[in-house]
Amino acid sequence: MQEKTIRESDKQRESMERALKTLGNLIYDQITNREFPWIMMQSRSMDNIIYDSEIKQYVLGDKMVRRHSRNIAHIRPFTQLVWTAWFARELLKLRKTSTLREVYYSARGQRDIEFKNQTESDNIITDLETALNRPREDFNVYPEERSAIFGDLTIEYTVPGYEGKRMNLTEHPDGVMIGPALTSAEFVETSADKVLVIEKGAMFTRLVEEKAHERFNALLIHTAGQSPRSTRTIIQRLCRDKKMPVYIFTDGDPWGIHIAMVIISGSINAAHLRGLATPEARWIGVWATDIINYDLPTENLTDFDLKRLKELREDPRYREELWQREINTFMKIGKKAELEAFSRYGLTYIVDEYLPAKLELA
Amino acid sequence: MTKSETEVAYQSISPSDFFYRNREIAGFSNPSRAIYAAVRELLENSLDACESISIPPKIYLRITETMPSDAERESAVYILRIEDNGTGIPSEHVPRCFGQVFYGSKYNLKQARGTFGLGGTITVLYGQITTHKPVKVISSTGAEIHEYEMMIDIEYNRPMILRHTVLENRKGWRGTIVELHLEGDYTRSMSKLYEYLKQTAMVCPYADITFVDPKGRLYRFESATNIMPKPPKTVRPHPHGIDVETLRRMTSISKAKNMKLFMTEQFQGVGATTAEKFLSFAGIDPKTDPKSLSPDDIVKLVRAAKEFKEFLRPDASCLSPLGEELLSTGIRKELNLTERDFLRVYQRHPSTYSGFPFIVEAAIALGRSLSKNEEGSKVIYRFANRIPLLFDESSCVVWKVVNKNINWSTYKVSNDTPLVIAVHLCSTKIPYKSVGKEFLADQPEVEREITNALRHIARYLRLYISRNIRLAKEKRRLNVFEKFLPKIAEFSAKLADKPEPPDIKPLLSAVGAELPEVERKIREVPQIAGEND
Repeated sequence: MQEKTIRESDKQRESMERALKTLGNLIYDQITNREFPWIMMQSRSMDNIIYDSEIKQYVLGDKMVRRHSRNIAHIRPFTQLVWTAWFARELLKLRKTSTLREVYYSARGQRDIEFKNQTESDNIITDLETALNRPREDFNVYPEERSAIFGDLTIEYTVPGYEGKRMNLTEHPDGVMIGPALTSAEFVETSADKVLVIEKGAMFTRLVEEKAHERFNALLIHTAGQSPRSTRTIIQRLCRDKKMPVYIFTDGDPWGIHIAMVIISGSINAAHLRGLATPEARWIGVWATDIINYDLPTENLTDFDLKRLKELREDPRYREELWQREINTFMKIGKKAELEAFSRYGLTYIVDEYLPAKLELA
Repeated sequence: MTKSETEVAYQSISPSDFFYRNREIAGFSNPSRAIYAAVRELLENSLDACESISIPPKIYLRITETMPSDAERESAVYILRIEDNGTGIPSEHVPRCFGQVFYGSKYNLKQARGTFGLGGTITVLYGQITTHKPVKVISSTGAEIHEYEMMIDIEYNRPMILRHTVLENRKGWRGTIVELHLEGDYTRSMSKLYEYLKQTAMVCPYADITFVDPKGRLYRFESATNIMPKPPKTVRPHPHGIDVETLRRMTSISKAKNMKLFMTEQFQGVGATTAEKFLSFAGIDPKTDPKSLSPDDIVKLVRAAKEFKEFLRPDASCLSPLGEELLSTGIRKELNLTERDFLRVYQRHPSTYSGFPFIVEAAIALGRSLSKNEEGSKVIYRFANRIPLLFDESSCVVWKVVNKNINWSTYKVSNDTPLVIAVHLCSTKIPYKSVGKEFLADQPEVEREITNALRHIARYLRLYISRNIRLAKEKRRLNVFEKFLPKIAEFSAKLADKPEPPDIKPLLSAVGAELPEVERKIREVPQIAGEND
């Protein structure tokens, strides 16, 4: 078992390294053939981002763009792309991980190609993802970690120095941070049969305290707002590999709705990548109808909230009945409610009454 | 009212006396202007003396301080000495040339710097009234040398000779030396004086001028050529430019038997046919004896002459423009232009205003070397009959043309483009706006010629600028590729595990291929300008 998992992660790393080296060879050969180097990739312009209703996520269309170093406007980003590819290969070779922000700073001192700001470097990394058709986590570039996971899941690390080491995710009561090590770990075994995704840290802590993982036989994941891509990858893997249903529990407002939707259908920004969306996941609350049914304490929707709701109503990802019903209800009652609103019925009400009822429904 | 209050004393004054009382008219308004005006008057006489016999002028000018200014007196006293290699003044004319106002050799119809016979004398007069010292004039026309020491009898407008020596001239020297004392303020006139000499050197590139200033500094303006412009010819007047008094005098001294002959003999460009047509247009019988014309007839003739359209254009052979070659030599020399800089000179065809012929010559220079030397964006040099005009620039028609008539953005000239613009106007009568002779009036004909000349040149300027812009763009492009291609090569090699980066030279030379072509085109601009004329 141990042997096998290590080989698999090695295989993935090797294929990534090969892809990067191929890119290097391509450019090297172009120059040797007295040709200005160029690469083709899918266009990420708005008109090439299309909603695929079959897989229920945004994908890139057929339009291709050519990044050509003969073009004076392209040559700088092109150089940055080659540098970033080289940097990524170094990370893989040295078996190190890095963050988006670190990539930005690592280019400092590379005269003429260093990035003006992190937006620029993030963009180049996205270019590299698009060109290679691989998420940046594959070449060891991660976002800043902030989300966590808790529950009965035994994992086995593959990162250097921890190879083969196992850990059960109930071992730390604050949850285990979803970082590069956890993302690249193998899932060995679990007794859980579902995943509960929670938007907010306070509610995650409450659920751990109330032993919700035992009561619902679930893994608990805390997204800390809009979930990072590594967290979405983990959710997707749990759903796909371990066949666990996923339930998402957010604030009852347009922002909460969209946190759930990005987990389910992916984001526009990551239209070039697959494997991040979990279409089987279900949003179970807080719904607008819950606000009415449970008579929750509310706040009024702001103009900003209303504008966002209108946008969501038009978004193809929200075509299904549940979403349309809830969005319209929010707009009708003009109210929103946070997860914490259940505290008016006592601290354990949410675990004792609300969640079982919602899971029952789902 | 008592008798004494109503009594007014009437007296006449001599021309010398008049200028003594009104010396600011001739430019001697204050101590710093006085030095400048004195140098200008004497230097212009010297240049005229050389040019009239087509000898490249060699002029030595020295100003020495003899008495510094102190707490009591604001101005210092200087000795001004100027030496030239010109015609020399015949001995018998020397006293009156420098001792009598309105005496000179320039009262005829051809282009000259001075016209009144005033400059030399007024300078001597100013020196005399401020220092009470005599002027020394040494001159030779090639034979013996005459040395005069003299003063002016201001009241009677006549020279007083204090000493006259005749010297042997073994080396055959020809020229004139003038040395006089005057009060002034050199420090304050220094910059204008330098500017004046520099611009004179610009418009007289065949002249060699040496200047030693009171602080002992030596300024050299070396000649850049031996070629001189063709000297002007004296011509008969054109009927358009005639006035009542001139016509009266001409009729009174003419030996012509009738008006038809009078017209053909006394005026330029009037043949028998034209004379008949004109006289019938004016309503004068061609057989009339010129001496029998009544004052009314004379007025009638002058008016008709201005209206009659069939006279030939005034003859321009009385003008002596510099020519494109010489003007460009002068500008190139004094602005230290390099081969890469833009300089284009253009001479318009002769034209006329009120019967006076004139020619406009203009030049525009632009270059990297200028931006360092000249402050401000557009530097304007104005010349009239080869005299630099330094004062009251913004009242001058040239300024108006440059700043109002021409839309420089049409020619890709931006506000900070370091342009140098030079305009030279030649005429038998320069249309000065005031007696100070420092700026040109906006005569529509003159204004139009200047505008057309500058527009003509500006079209080539636009070509030069746009090609330069293109060159800069190409260079910027090449820079970008030179910056990034090595990095692409370096990191692609590392990425592909190659020991050496690939060779990018073929790619760079492909990017830079345009450069030599654009550079060649820029060098071509002045030549193209010549071809198209």
